[in-house]
Amino acid sequence: MTHPYLALTDGDREEMLRTIGVSSVDELFRDIPAAMRLDRALDLEPALSEIELAAHLGALAARNADSTRELSFLGAGIYDHYVPAVVDTILQRGEFLTAYTPYQPEMSQGVLQSIFEYQTAICELTGMDVSNASGYDGTTVTADACYIAKHATGRTKIVVTEATNPQVRQVVKTYAPGFGLQVVEVPHRGGTTDPDELRRAATGAAAVVFQQPNMFGCLEPAPDLAAAANDAEALSIAHVDPLSLGVLEAPGRYACSIALGEGQAAGNFPAYGGPHYGFLAARQEFIRRMPGRIVGETVDAAGERGYVLTLQTREQHIRREKATSNITTNQTLLALGGLVYLTWLGPQGLRELGETCLSLAAYAKEQLQERAGLELAFPDKTTFKEFAVRVGRNAREVVAAARERGVHPGYALGRDYEGMDDVLLVAVTERRTPAEIDRLVDVLAEVAT
Amino acid sequence: MKLIYEKSQPGRRASAIPRHEGLPAVELPEELRRSAPPRLPEVPEFELVRHFTELSTRNFGIDNGFYPLGSCTMKYNPRINERLVALPGFANLHPLQEDEGAQGALELEWRLQEILREVTGLHAVSLQPAAGSQGELTGLMLVRAYFEDRGESEHRRKVVIPDTAHGTNPASVTMAGYEVTPVKTDARGNIDVDDLRSRVDEHTAALMLTNPSTLGLFDENIEQIAEIFHGAGALMYYDGANLNAVCGISRPGDMGFDIVHINLHKTFSQPHGGGGPGGGPIAVRDMLEPFLPVPAVVRLDEEENTYALDYDRPKSIGKVRGYSGPFGVFVRSYAYMRAYGPRLREMSETAVLNANYVLARLKGAYDLPFDRLCMHEFVLSARTLKRESGSTALDVAKRLMDYGFHPPTIYFPLIVAEALMIEPTETETKETLDAFCDAMLAIAREAADEPDLLKQAPHDRPVRRLDEVRAAKHPIVKYGFESHPSLDGGREAVAAEAPKGV
Repeated sequence: MTHPYLALTDGDREEMLRTIGVSSVDELFRDIPAAMRLDRALDLEPALSEIELAAHLGALAARNADSTRELSFLGAGIYDHYVPAVVDTILQRGEFLTAYTPYQPEMSQGVLQSIFEYQTAICELTGMDVSNASGYDGTTVTADACYIAKHATGRTKIVVTEATNPQVRQVVKTYAPGFGLQVVEVPHRGGTTDPDELRRAATGAAAVVFQQPNMFGCLEPAPDLAAAANDAEALSIAHVDPLSLGVLEAPGRYACSIALGEGQAAGNFPAYGGPHYGFLAARQEFIRRMPGRIVGETVDAAGERGYVLTLQTREQHIRREKATSNITTNQTLLALGGLVYLTWLGPQGLRELGETCLSLAAYAKEQLQERAGLELAFPDKTTFKEFAVRVGRNAREVVAAARERGVHPGYALGRDYEGMDDVLLVAVTERRTPAEIDRLVDVLAEVAT
Repeated sequence: MKLIYEKSQPGRRASAIPRHEGLPAVELPEELRRSAPPRLPEVPEFELVRHFTELSTRNFGIDNGFYPLGSCTMKYNPRINERLVALPGFANLHPLQEDEGAQGALELEWRLQEILREVTGLHAVSLQPAAGSQGELTGLMLVRAYFEDRGESEHRRKVVIPDTAHGTNPASVTMAGYEVTPVKTDARGNIDVDDLRSRVDEHTAALMLTNPSTLGLFDENIEQIAEIFHGAGALMYYDGANLNAVCGISRPGDMGFDIVHINLHKTFSQPHGGGGPGGGPIAVRDMLEPFLPVPAVVRLDEEENTYALDYDRPKSIGKVRGYSGPFGVFVRSYAYMRAYGPRLREMSETAVLNANYVLARLKGAYDLPFDRLCMHEFVLSARTLKRESGSTALDVAKRLMDYGFHPPTIYFPLIVAEALMIEPTETETKETLDAFCDAMLAIAREAADEPDLLKQAPHDRPVRRLDEVRAAKHPIVKYGFESHPSLDGGREAVAAEAPKGV
């Protein structure tokens, strides 16, 4: 039987072999030395029909406890924000879904213009001058930014606040030896970073990386942290939550060199970690050091406006070992999802979403203290949509007990931070309701302390 | 066509966000509060849908037609995979969910690893890298970790790369802190073994090789090459960009390679998405397994069918991306592989048959720099065409658009002048292949008779040729709102004759 994804008939095959001038398909592989040919069939389970595939993968999906099956307050970098239907609709257009990188602009104005619009949206969000077309995720764009900093400053020390997401810090540390960089971490003091301590560490550094809001959900004194970096002539790199930027100041307004982050919250599903997009935007002076694709506006032969991949002499396919990065395939479709989502929100929606998160999280903090008798880990800090609370016993045990009651109460910070075994990080998005928060409070009142 | 920002009117919106009465008020510190709102578009939902639908009509994907972009493996993307990846149990699963709440995801990842082990003929797999180029970088990090562990990292500083390689290879080498040693291609399109022998020594860390190469040729000297590298104590890295040629036919592990990356978006049909996402898992020989990224996906108990993420890998290079990798890509590629099973061999055989057929039909009309049977793709040259008619590979590419085809990769690999790199994949019907061949032959005739047809092409795309030189000289990389520069067109557009594809 011809496989459903293949097209040739026996007659086609015979005619094609004749045109080529060989007698069999096997003969086409004569350049492969005999010792290197597989002399048996691949040891894989038999081919499945579409009907069988749907059943098999459906059964696998059913083994997962996703956020439609338990009430989730789990965040720590990936969030249960609502993805509107228009995102699915646009991303399923075959013209977008099944195209590749827009190497031939006349065939690709749709993708090119949408990336140009995406770059504009990211610059507007962050207050920066130039954005690339996306990176893999929020971790790898941070490593990319460190590479920019190395070449821009000629220095090799990267300072990262300990209150930056551990996934991000781990990836930066993995990349660092190859980049010839050393990574220094600055501890948090009661949930945020001390600007004076950061200033001392920044001496001689290529870059200072901090996160706003930070891993604990706390608002850092971001303008002071950026100033600490800038005064040392290190690049100030802000890792920001895109959905906080309707209520929180744009990094460009407090003099950051680079603003970047994980785009998932803006228009992508959690999807067990990906694919998502990382966004990376910088001041104009770094435009020729940016990694990856950038789309620019130009004119066609008739003088009409059009879009092309530009500044390509930065890139691997032209500059090879001297490229600003090795990236080629990026996350265009997910970034398009981000653009559609940000368009859906608009400036008012973005601000209101931020305000709703702020007030729901404030309600959760209040109720957990008053009704469940829990203490905040950092009571004097302002937070955005996420906060740390002490649960009086090992937080992983609390997570397990709460999940048995149908609630995932958050992330056990002891998984990454010493001395925080009893601390739970609770995320509250606009999808949660006061009634759901009441249920979280009830469950934690029962299983904590 | 207008930008979405040019359709924006203050006061319009597509979203409504839930608001709740009676919750505590939050006052943000003045210095942290947003001072001016971002100028995001303000449009109603139906304008949003129309805008992006219109944009999509100005784009061309494999769903629209034949897309023989060499080295990119533009094959059909089965729609069942889109339905599967959207299942709530996959789409709404948080990556930090406790392992016991993510057993289905972990089982899928483990099963995908098992399939990749069998297809590559290697021992252990990490799914974490986000794309082929990140797989390369991860592989080179493993090389470094391996030699550090053996106390040899100080003197092994060089990575050998053929002159036909993708640009990602040398770029990855630099990012991994190594130096590139280039090696030449011989008259048959293989690595020049004599040149290679003189360049491999105790300072060599690894070879990076795509096999079949970017010329679409299987390296006939691969056994000798493996002997040279292993004899020098160096490792062999396989760039899996062209794996679509050899699934079930020949395995990188059996060819002698120690590290392989697999492009899930090429061989295993993750849709390319206009430039991504991709997936770049790596498979390695057993001695490299301890260095693989964390977390590893492991099976705890066969009988109980239980799985876990294992972080306890003291020699691991660390994490190269968040969480355990681009999971949605795994869902699609896993479904694709299960749809074929052992019949993956038929997939590769058909891809190679299709490529050889198109090659046989076109080689009289264009130059063929290496006259051999090809694998899944081949490289022609328009150099005679250019000499005789003035028409370039770029002109041929643009003219193909008038016939309704996406052009092949052009100006790559760099060692072939006026290169046209054609990869039909296994997807197409013979009728489509014939229509493409007819168009290529017609274009060769047009170049002789009516060269202006090529020079002015494309004629009926949404835009004419675009001025790439102007775009790079005066970069406009975002919309400037009221201060957006106006365009004064009218001069001749200059499209750059540089690699377009791969």
